[in-house]
Amino acid sequence: MTQVFSPSADTWLRLLAGLGAVAVAGVLLVAGGIVRSDYVTGVGVVPRQPVPFSHEHHVGGLGIDCRYCHTSVEVAANAGFPPTHTCMSCHSQIWTGAPMLAPVRESLATDTALRWERVARVPDFVYFDHHVHIAKGVGCVTCHGRVDKMPLLARAEPFQMQWCLDCHRDPAPNLRPSEEVFDMAWSPQGDREALAERLMSENHVQTAHLTDCYTCHR
Amino acid sequence: MRTAFVVLGAALAVAACDQRMINQPKDKPYGTSQLFPDNRVAQAPPQGTVARDQVFWSWQTSQRPAMTEALLARGRERYDAFCSPCHARTGDGDGMIVQRGMPRPPSFYSERLREAPDRHILQVITEGYGAMYSYASRVPPDDRWAIAAYIRALQFSRNAHVADLSDEVRQQLQENTR
Ligand code: HEC
Ligand code: HEC
Ligand code: HEC
Ligand code: HEC
Ligand code: HEC
Ligand code: HEC
Repeated sequence: MTQVFSPSADTWLRLLAGLGAVAVAGVLLVAGGIVRSDYVTGVGVVPRQPVPFSHEHHVGGLGIDCRYCHTSVEVAANAGFPPTHTCMSCHSQIWTGAPMLAPVRESLATDTALRWERVARVPDFVYFDHHVHIAKGVGCVTCHGRVDKMPLLARAEPFQMQWCLDCHRDPAPNLRPSEEVFDMAWSPQGDREALAERLMSENHVQTAHLTDCYTCHR
Repeated sequence: MRTAFVVLGAALAVAACDQRMINQPKDKPYGTSQLFPDNRVAQAPPQGTVARDQVFWSWQTSQRPAMTEALLARGRERYDAFCSPCHARTGDGDGMIVQRGMPRPPSFYSERLREAPDRHILQVITEGYGAMYSYASRVPPDDRWAIAAYIRALQFSRNAHVADLSDEVRQQLQENTR
């Protein structure tokens, strides 16, 4: 009977098996990297807006409060985009002829709302609610980053399930006093842990169901 | 073999669901919809719509709430968010937007505005005044009262006489300035 396998077959088999294992591990690593990459999560992507509205100018430079424009953020699930009327409460008087603001004036004249490209978004199967986060002392900056330093807005955090859960498992270190929620530059002074503990009880933060699927998928 | 195909088919069918779950055939506030001529989900209420809370708001607007510390604190927060860009946190009327070209509003410390009734402030917030737009859509009636109360407190802060203070506060003041 002739030999089916050559003497080196065993070596080849081992080599191929080894390479195969490396390839599988590599694919998994790369895939994991891609799934978490900014390319997939959309972090840092600046969409083309109808008006080049700058949070850096309006928030950082002029010091306008978030609620002047995102008025419903404290009371509703949606923060809300400012209606044209809100822009015009200033721009009816200043920069009235600026070509950059032409779409705003047109929107007022034709009574059609501006259509902003969304930056911060979760899929339709996820339920998110601003008002509970604001009421319990999570600052805008924790989820949206330093918008006061963004000439054009981009997403600052991945908004993936893991990111939500990282906080929901232990929200305490991310809380701040309610008067600092809208402050972009606030940082805790003194004993961080004591403050976290005080805020957990002061704001009545309920952690019992924060990681249950139905909290976010309903 | 046949079961394998069925399982594979089912798996493929489930896989295809994914997109539908991310962009579900439901209308969310900022989405588009073929239902309306302008293709938007968020529609302005039809002409003549009366808000469910309209009666309550009218009632609230007519009732001056009692002056409390909580009301003042609320008023201060709302004032800083909605009024201070132009009127400045101090109420002098030289806020950031005014420094950038907005017409200068009158100082709250002017004789006329100190004499003006609370109702006038409420009316200015609700209906606007000259170059100032209405803030009715952003400041609900109870907050309008809170802001009016805070503006009163601002005005008082620069025109108070020691004799007007309560005994307790006067004593505190004397101790602090000693
Ligand atoms: C003068 C009005 C104004 C103020 C003040 C303002 N914003 Fe905005 N904001 C806008 C407008 C207009 C957009 C839509 C255009 C864009 O995305 O840049 C927007 C978009 C956003 C978005 C992106 C939402 C999305 O899904 O596209 C976030 C997040 C945001 N603002 C956060 C903030 C925070 C936090 C503050 C306070 C620190 C703030 N904004 C203050 C007007 C304002
Ligand atoms: C509270 C007053 C105020 C409101 C409300 C406001 N702006 Fe402005 N905006 C300003 C001022 C003041 C400037 C000039 C900035 C400067 O001089 O630094 C400006 C400048 C701009 C510019 C010029 C480019 C730039 O960033 O300097 C654009 C575009 C603009 N605003 C768009 C908008 C839009 C769109 C809205 C409504 C969502 C809006 N603004 C609401 C006060 C306001
Ligand atoms: C816990 C994290 C978190 C905090 C805190 C938070 N946001 Fe958001 N924000 C989100 C998420 C998630 C979305 C996307 C919601 C969606 O797609 O429905 C979003 C969306 C938005 C939008 C888009 C439009 C809308 O109506 O939803 C605006 C504007 C916004 N946020 C402003 C703010 C402001 C202003 C604050 C602070 C007062 C704030 N957010 C605090 C997570 C957060
Ligand atoms: C930085 C911390 C933080 C992040 C990030 C965060 N959350 Fe929360 N979330 C909280 C806190 C704190 C509460 C309030 C818990 C309580 O006391 O009810 C909360 C409550 C909620 C609730 C309401 C629970 C209820 O009882 O109704 C929902 C829904 C929710 N979060 C969804 C999300 C989603 C979706 C994301 C990610 C896009 C997210 N959260 C990211 C801190 C966070
Ligand atoms: C704190 C909120 C939160 C909780 C709790 C939560 N999820 Fe999610 N989940 C999310 C968000 C946000 C996404 C969207 C992620 C994205 O867009 O990449 C998501 C996505 C998913 C997806 C789609 C796959 C993916 O990653 O895109 C599945 C499946 C899922 N969740 C299952 C679950 C299950 C099962 C539980 C309970 C054990 C659960 N979730 C609890 C927020 C939550
Ligand atoms: C965008 C700038 C701006 C903002 C924000 C603003 N105002 Fe004004 N306000 C003005 C201007 C300008 C005038 C002067 C109007 C005129 O005489 O044409 C004025 C006038 C007034 C007056 C005096 C009316 C009179 O009898 O002379 C009062 C009271 C007033 N504002 C209250 C408020 C309150 C309360 C808020 C907050 C809810 C507010 N304003 C927000 C610009 C603003």
